[in-house]
Amino acid sequence: MTIPLSSAPWRSAAGFLATLALGLVILFGAPRTLDTFGLVQWTGFAALAMFGLSQGFIWGFAGVMSFGQAAFLGLGGYAYAVSVINIGDSTVPVLLAIAVPMLFAAILGYFMFYGRISDAYIGVITLTVSVILFQLVNATSGSQYRIGTAELGGFNGIPAIPALNAPGFPDEPLDNEGIWYAAMGALVLVYVLLRAVLASRFGRVVVAIRENETRAQLIGYDPRLYKLLAFMIAAGVAGLAGCLYANWGGFISPTVFGLSMSAQVIIYVLVGGLGTLVGPMLGAVLIQALIIAAGSQSLLDSNLGLGLVLDGFVLLVPQGLVPVIRTLGLRLLQRRAPRPGPADGAAGLATERAR
Amino acid sequence: MDLAGLIAFNVLTGIATLVLITLGLGVIYGMMRIINLAHGEFMMLGAYTAVTASGAGVNIWVAMLILPPLVVGAIGLVLERTVIRFLYGRMMDTMLATWGVSLGLIGLVTTLYGNVVRGVSTPVGSIDIGRYGASLYSLVIMATALGALAAMFGLLRFTKFGLILRATMQNPRMAAALGVQPNRIYMATFALGAALAGLAGGVLAPISGVSPAMGAAYIARAFITVLGGGPAIVTGTGLASGLFGTINELVSFKTTPVIGDVALLVAAILLIRVLPQGITGRYLRRSL
Repeated sequence: MTIPLSSAPWRSAAGFLATLALGLVILFGAPRTLDTFGLVQWTGFAALAMFGLSQGFIWGFAGVMSFGQAAFLGLGGYAYAVSVINIGDSTVPVLLAIAVPMLFAAILGYFMFYGRISDAYIGVITLTVSVILFQLVNATSGSQYRIGTAELGGFNGIPAIPALNAPGFPDEPLDNEGIWYAAMGALVLVYVLLRAVLASRFGRVVVAIRENETRAQLIGYDPRLYKLLAFMIAAGVAGLAGCLYANWGGFISPTVFGLSMSAQVIIYVLVGGLGTLVGPMLGAVLIQALIIAAGSQSLLDSNLGLGLVLDGFVLLVPQGLVPVIRTLGLRLLQRRAPRPGPADGAAGLATERAR
Repeated sequence: MDLAGLIAFNVLTGIATLVLITLGLGVIYGMMRIINLAHGEFMMLGAYTAVTASGAGVNIWVAMLILPPLVVGAIGLVLERTVIRFLYGRMMDTMLATWGVSLGLIGLVTTLYGNVVRGVSTPVGSIDIGRYGASLYSLVIMATALGALAAMFGLLRFTKFGLILRATMQNPRMAAALGVQPNRIYMATFALGAALAGLAGGVLAPISGVSPAMGAAYIARAFITVLGGGPAIVTGTGLASGLFGTINELVSFKTTPVIGDVALLVAAILLIRVLPQGITGRYLRRSL
């Protein structure tokens, strides 16, 4: 018996290959088609798309409502900035930008998941943590607040952060094109890694826990541990995004911890589609492009716009764009080549929704 | 001795402030199990109501204590009817929707009033505690907080409306079977929570800068207190405010207010590890 081409594993593999191909095309095509300004802008998109991946993974696949993912973005960015100013060579700082948020997530997640608090509480605690980190870093102005030779700078942030360099050559920082390759290459790599994680046994258990925590527990898995590990992975991805974000502007300020940062990444996922990895990346590019477009006019405040988009999607398109488009596409496919039974389509739709 | 008196006074003020900023959130959470992420912005609207009204020549007490709850309660009612009510039963979506409302309100107020800090002057002077001076306005905050707590207790315990509220909270389906419309009750609860947030904003307007983003300064503490308090509205808010207010004020006194907030957060995270449902999730479960 052959597996029909529109069945779930084929679709999943096809989606993965299509996304990977698109990512590689953008990676190598952008420097050849865009001018420097456009390339720098797209580097920012890549950093934020990675941030979107982090939120999409923890919310869409692990089912953990982290409302404060910006905390890890900020920790990653600051960890990179502080350590690269102290060390010079950017290899260790990049690793620190991943490790510091993961460690922080391990401590915070231990108290949250092992306390078995409800989803709403997790949302509120993570949100609160990011708000308080914002206030904390915001209050570090003055030369007494320094780590090594790096002044934290309070509200003004840290300017002139040295860019990435090839390992071992701290005197030759990458130019704009090099940073683009680093950012977009990292994005493609992280996407592939997350797909691999989700395809592994670990990833399947994480998704099983999202679907039914009690059942997974009765089978013998410890949801607390799996959620904690997934939380740490997402934090590491967000930290790397923070590192790229700091590289993008050569500057970092407490606004990376801010509420609007956490809100934006939620909106990326919601707009792109919950339970997908492509969706959050597309959502990030779409929303950032909209924010930039909105910034050049003064009619609509960007917060107002974000709020309207968020409420509009929650009320009208709660499953996000990618699943809607996928469902529509599948329906077209099925109409062209009718497959047995309407029940199959309905069940497919139901699982789509459940995601 | 004078110093001890001053610290005690400040601790009481801190507790009263926490009660004020948390009560509205606690009402909505206790009744509907929704964390209203637009809470800070409801407070901000209350503060703007107070500033605008007192700027228009309204008596300062009316502008601070009467108008904000009315105006913000009405705004809450409108938002519940237009946005929130479509999402009941989908807790996460409800929280996301309130977050959208929060962003939208910040954007709207920025558009209308500009991103500047305004203020109203404090209507009362100061008192002496031994060798130190303290603002008499702290007493106003304490009185308002105590009044709001007492009013909530009275409403829930002694009125028919309160009885229906509690019944709906315990078992919405049974209440519906007995002829109550849970949707109406949720609507009223949301408006009530918004009104209490508006009151907090109005009362705190004279002692804080009034700007579109001012809500963010309060929500962290308010969220923590609601989580720490647990499901019982009056007892939970009161106990958690007492505990966290004391920690916050003492640490703030020793270090800085920011470190005080950090201490508050750490205390709350340790607390939920021991009491995941908050204080009233374990103790005094039958209280209001």
